[in-house]
Amino acid sequence: MAEPSIIVVGAGPAGFRAAQTLADAGLRPIVMDEARRAGGQIYRRQPEGFTRSHQDLYGTEANRARSVHDGFDALLPHIDYRSDTLVWHLSDGQAWTLGPDGHRSTPYDALLLCTGATDRVMPVKGWHHAGTYSLGAAQIALKAQACAIGSRVVFLGSGPLLYLVAAQYAKAGANVAAVLDTSPFSARIAALPNLLCQPAVLWNGIALTRDIKKAGIPVLYGVTPVEVVGNPETGVGSLRFRASDGTEQDIDCDAIGMGHHLRPEAQLADLARCDFAFEALTRQWLPVQDSDGRSSVDGVYLAGDGARISGARSAEVSGRLAALAVLKDLGFPVDSADLTHLRSAKARYGRFARGLAQAFPWPSEQAKALPDETIVCRCEAVTAGTLRETVREAGAREANRAKALSRVGMGRCQGRYCGLAAAEIIAAEAGVPLESVGRLRNAAPVKPIAIGTARTSGE
Amino acid sequence: MSGRFVRLAEMDRKPLTFLVDGAPVDALEGDTLMVAILTSSRRLRDSEFGDGARSGFCLMAACQDCWVWTSDGDKLRACSTFARAGLEISRRAPEATWPNLP
Repeated sequence: MAEPSIIVVGAGPAGFRAAQTLADAGLRPIVMDEARRAGGQIYRRQPEGFTRSHQDLYGTEANRARSVHDGFDALLPHIDYRSDTLVWHLSDGQAWTLGPDGHRSTPYDALLLCTGATDRVMPVKGWHHAGTYSLGAAQIALKAQACAIGSRVVFLGSGPLLYLVAAQYAKAGANVAAVLDTSPFSARIAALPNLLCQPAVLWNGIALTRDIKKAGIPVLYGVTPVEVVGNPETGVGSLRFRASDGTEQDIDCDAIGMGHHLRPEAQLADLARCDFAFEALTRQWLPVQDSDGRSSVDGVYLAGDGARISGARSAEVSGRLAALAVLKDLGFPVDSADLTHLRSAKARYGRFARGLAQAFPWPSEQAKALPDETIVCRCEAVTAGTLRETVREAGAREANRAKALSRVGMGRCQGRYCGLAAAEIIAAEAGVPLESVGRLRNAAPVKPIAIGTARTSGE
Repeated sequence: MSGRFVRLAEMDRKPLTFLVDGAPVDALEGDTLMVAILTSSRRLRDSEFGDGARSGFCLMAACQDCWVWTSDGDKLRACSTFARAGLEISRRAPEATWPNLP
């Protein structure tokens, strides 16, 4: 039999470990990555010519970042690496890509989706003003460009990234006005039993909060955001919020980094026709997988945060495990001790991830309380009121119907940043459980591409 | 006018200049278009829906809120395109032109 064609999509920690495991077995996987340099988002590399050290950029995770970067570079002779390459569709057993040499389609026998995550964001009235960014964006500005997103920054939301980015900004000398966490401190206590299964990671998180407070930055828990006060011309001017004691306060700032943990970039799993299931704890639909990362579709495998938010350390484990599943299914010998070890590590990280979801819950009740004039869809400036009217007047109780009628989720981000909040608004307005609203169907291309260039050469 | 983004380090890179809406903008080699534009100004584009200035959102090529245009009318994502000397960038979408259909 000819060597099987194996495509790994994504070159972050999951994609790297998957490719390495396949190469170790003597195969030559194709690694397609949208970025110019491998590493993914959390271990994103700065451009050539920048001189900050791994320690400066990645802190406690410097050694892990270095091992992913150096490991990937060492792997280059053994893989077919296609950087700057967007996989925009999957059909007929082929990956359709747009890269430096134009459009191509590449057939595969096995496909490993290591597509990573984007920020999960709960809208706030006024978040469309210039100067509002996702937490991930704030981190990329610093890590990849050595910039702060503003001269006085408020970080708002919840999740580990809230504290990581704030601590990184403080360390780099940026002016951070406050860290406002929507989750109550008590949630963290309730999550302790799960969080204690990764004591070192838990300790890193506690140390970050300590660093932020040491830098004199106020950290508030149980906050309810009220409005990003701003001006259409000049952008963000302040953030108005309700503190846990019920008092309303205003903090002057010219930039806000906001987000509530992360969401998987699972569009390709959807285009590959993988089954999804609703997860009540995170209130998200996730692609279904077995313990090793097999999806419901033969030949399609899932790993890393693109399948389920579990963090970069977990992604390295699930990437290796999914690659072993590929090898096993293709008839290659696989050491069962390796499988056992990786499965138990993946389960441990999964438990920790559940702890994080408990400690930093998605504030679904905020969606219900958003004033009607709040822009929910930033792409096309569609308000919460318009979406609610669609539910009330047209009876749209399902996500895709509400999208068709209101255009929420139809814009250039394709629902990445409004879809989860929109589903909460629909559920609240219709008085139905979130699960019954369903999820936005994904369509090709997964990101906008120029129509005129869609002439494709096969291989 | 002062910028939105604040440089904190890595300022020893080679300077370069390109044009934004016809005016020269100073940047450093390795800057994205977004960083080059937002370190000297506060907006990247205007929303087509009348809700005001925008300056990007995700910086990871997912939200598409940072589109700018070349003098040839090509659309670029400012967060994932590097600044180059001599580039001519417009923050306004070119007038729509419809090709003559056969």
